Order: sequence, then C-alpha cells, then structure tokens
Amino acid sequence: MTHPNLSVDIAGIKLRNPVMTASGTFGYGSEFAPYLDLEKIGAIITKGLSIKPKAGNPTPRIVETPGGMLNAIGLQNVGIDTFIGEKVPYLRKISTPVIVNLYGNSLEEYGELASRLDGIAEVAGIEVNISCPNVKQGGIVFGTDPKAAFEVVDLVRKNTGKPMIVKLSPNVTDVVVMAKSCVDAGADALSLINTLTGMAIDLKSRRPILANITGGLSGPAIKPVALRMVWQVARAVTVPVIGIGGIMTAVDALEFILAGATAVQIGTANFLDPSAAETIAAGIETYLVENGIADIRELIGALKTDR
Amino acid sequence: MQFKSMVLSNVEVSPSYFRMRMTAPPTIGSSCPGQFVMVKVNPAIDPLLRRPFGVFDLGTFETEFTDCGRQTYLEILYKVVGKGTAMLSTLHHGDHLDILGPLGKGFTPGDPAGEKLLVGGGVGLAPLYYLAKELVRESRVHLFAGGRNKEDILCITEFDRLGVETYVATDDGTLGAQGLVTEVLEQHLSRAGANATIYACGPTPMLKAVAFLAEKYGIACQVSLEGYMACGVGACLGCVVQGKDHSETTPDYRCVCKDGPVFDQADLLWS
Repeated sequence: MTHPNLSVDIAGIKLRNPVMTASGTFGYGSEFAPYLDLEKIGAIITKGLSIKPKAGNPTPRIVETPGGMLNAIGLQNVGIDTFIGEKVPYLRKISTPVIVNLYGNSLEEYGELASRLDGIAEVAGIEVNISCPNVKQGGIVFGTDPKAAFEVVDLVRKNTGKPMIVKLSPNVTDVVVMAKSCVDAGADALSLINTLTGMAIDLKSRRPILANITGGLSGPAIKPVALRMVWQVARAVTVPVIGIGGIMTAVDALEFILAGATAVQIGTANFLDPSAAETIAAGIETYLVENGIADIRELIGALKTDR
Repeated sequence: MQFKSMVLSNVEVSPSYFRMRMTAPPTIGSSCPGQFVMVKVNPAIDPLLRRPFGVFDLGTFETEFTDCGRQTYLEILYKVVGKGTAMLSTLHHGDHLDILGPLGKGFTPGDPAGEKLLVGGGVGLAPLYYLAKELVRESRVHLFAGGRNKEDILCITEFDRLGVETYVATDDGTLGAQGLVTEVLEQHLSRAGANATIYACGPTPMLKAVAFLAEKYGIACQVSLEGYMACGVGACLGCVVQGKDHSETTPDYRCVCKDGPVFDQADLLWS
C-alpha cells in the first residue's frame, strides 16, 4: 500500500492527520518550531486565552507524581490584544490549522472572546474551555453544571460562525450528561478530558507542594479514565469527539480512536519530547500501512466489545 | 536540539554529588556558559519528566576508534536530591540517555577589563566552571564558593587549575572561613572596581543576598536561577519568576527556562 489516508474532519476543520497538540502544553506554536515540523501535525491548539492578560497562580505550579504531573498554572496568558498583535502573525506562516482555546471570567467574557476571534482568518476554530480546575472564576464553574455549560456554549455559539469545540472536565459524576448539554447548545465537537483535580503533600514540611494546594493531574496516569470517558461520550453523541489524556505513543492514540475519537490531542508528552506529536502521527501511519488499513476513518469507534 | 548520548563516566566527587561525562554532538560546542540541558533519566514513565542540569563543562576527547577522530563530550555536576537524580547516579559507562539542549539564555561575558566575581552555593558551582573557563581567557576571575560544610564545596581544584583565585566559606567552618559566602564576597566588593561583574548561582536566599550586595556596591550582577520545570522550552509556564514590573494586574512573569536561567538581577523582583 502507498500512503493511507490519515486526514479527518472536525466540524469543517480539515486535519492532515488526527494528531493535535493540547492547549497549555504547546505555547502559541512557535516555541516548538525548532523541535518538530509544524506542517506534519493535524492542528495546534494554543494556550487558553482570556480578554485581559492573566498572571496565573503563584509558584510552585508543577509537581511530578507517579506516571503523571500536577499543574496549577492558573491560565497565565498574554490576553487577546497581544495574541492578535504578536502571536497571530507567526501563525499566518503555517498551513496547519490553529484552534484557539478560550476562557472567560464570566459568561459575557466568553461571548466577547468568541466574537473578537470570529473575525480573525488565521483562527480555524475555537475550543471553549469550561474545564480548567485551577481558577476560581469561570473555567470549571461552567464545566460541572449542565445548565451553566448550556448557557455558556449557547452564548458562544451566537457570537461565532467558526467551528466550536467544547473541552469537557472529568471532574463530574456523569460526563455524558455534560456532553449532551453542550451538543444541545450548539457544540460542533467535544474534546475530553481536561485534567483531574489532585494534590500532592510534602511530608517534611507537612504542607501541600503546590502553592494553589490542588492542581490538575495529567500524563499516562490518567489515560484509562480518559479512554473510558471518550468511549462513553462517543457512543452518546453524533458530533466528533477528540480524545485527550496521557497519550504518549501512537499506540495510545490508536486506542482512543478505536474508542470513538476522531482525533486526539497530545499534552504532557510534548513536555517530555517536543517532537512527540510528529512522532505519534508518523507512528499512526506506520500502523495503518502494516495492517493494510487504507483510511484512518475505518478505525474510528471500531472497538469490539462483544466477548 | 534533541540527542541520544552515551555515559562516559559518572563519578561521586563528594558524598551525594556526582560528575557525569557523556557524549554530545559537536554542535553543542556553540552553547554558551549558563545554558542547561534537560535529561530523561530513563525511558520509563516514572520519573516522567526530564531533569534540568547546568552545563558544567564541554570538551573533546580522542575516541578508541581511529576513524571517529575526536568526539565531543558534555559534563554535568549534580546532587542526588530525589528519585530522578538517584537513578541518574546509578548509571555507568555505556548507558544511554536522551537529552534536550542546550536550552535557555546563558551568562553575558561583559567588559573583559573588569574583575569577574563568581559566587556559587553548593551545586550552584555547576554552571560556573564552564563560565570560568571562558572568562579566564581575557579577565581576572575570582570564585567565592559556599556550602554548609566542606563536602558541599565542589571541584575547587579544577578552578585553581584554571588560575581562578578561590575563596571558600562554610557554615560549620570545616573548610575556608566560617560563615556565609556573601560575607566573604562583601569584604572583596568594598575594593572591587566599578566595572566588575558578579555571576552567581546557588540557593535563592544566597542569590537574594548577592543581588542586595550588587545593588549596594553598584556592581553589575547576573544570577542563574533554578526552576521546577516540565518542558524547558517556555511552554508549560511552570518555572516562572516575577520580573521587576510584576503586579497582579500587570503580570511580568519570566520563564526560568526560556528567558533565563541567567538574568540580570535588576530585572527581577526580589520579594
């Protein structure tokens, strides 16, 4: 077989392959340009963006845990004016679709951000963050209540014509209820999962290690939880689902695709290996070639659950 | 740059302090003192993250294979503080590592005519040796090394060999003067020229004290900071420190990994 088809479509955004980079782990794209070919990955999702620049949380913000890491960055970002002035010109140079993750302190801010980004041609789509566990206002407040989630997604929908992905939190009792609420409100696609709230303690000082006390757990430790949630949600909705959570290798990515993900996002793996997304995309292609599969879409949701 | 490296030697130079030499691509020769590398201590997921280490030394050696000619090596000096460094300390000649680097911004040499005052606390000496090697070519270099006891004072003979004048201070007086390294530094500063430059690396309280002295005597001062980082390339924002203009409404955070690890002390907010 020559080259199998790796391209997928997320709500009208054409990806050359199903490998995206997760928000908050890939900066604004340019940081990683020395380490991988940005033209070889499916899409870039930029750091969570707010109206005003955001300082983020005090340090320590990161701690390693077995098979994972906790972070409490607190959505530090440059704000939309600097993003448009300083980051967008670079993004114009690459053909890979750029999706902007956005976050508001209030319902109105979500609407305003969506509206301002709607006019920027370089932005292929938006990912609405209603699942950050590290900020007091906004973020997860909207992501744990189906009614609040509906309101914010509905408002963003009214303010943008761009493809809209909503990023879900695992810190809920029933992720399917949240997923359905977002789709009902107009989400074109869902990405899941964001980090799981966790904490780490220093026995010597008898204090939490993170200044914020709690943080978001990511990395291989959360993969089984993410895989389960992607499988549950993909069966329950008709929009594309993007799988996120501890994907370190092409094998991990393919497991998410079998579970029903149309695409995947690489997060913590970028920190260990800045070329991870490109390596994983190449690994998926190799798997298709070796197994005589002509099109990645044959694998999406192809999980067999009968015994 | 990301590269596979082979351990050439890994020697305990003082209790819990190790000096590791490993192969590196020739292009690493273009790095400058003060830059660092991120080392994956094993291929498994525990520990998950890479560990940052300042470049202690760079050089070349003759390989045993005649057709290979001279090979570049990289050295790090590290202290065993946790799981990652403990694993690193068990590696031997022939073991392999995955390395990212050189990363970050290093030291700026400054006016060659001015005295160069290097201040290192414990393992903070690590990036200062490579710096000293570069500086002694054109300048007069002094080293002020501090630690809790004599076992914290590392590789002093190597600095001696470069022709660096060394001053040592330990908390318990087991080597050099008893007291803080900053006390020894201050005695020198009162007679240092205005075009002198301080280069410091060590624990934050020591750096803060050095920055205070630099202000007091009006001497330029560069500090190399340590940060708890995940990526090393400015993406995770885990290792930030507050810049001089920082406030809650006007964030001025600098990434230790990308904007540093070496900063002009005047650019930072020393709270």
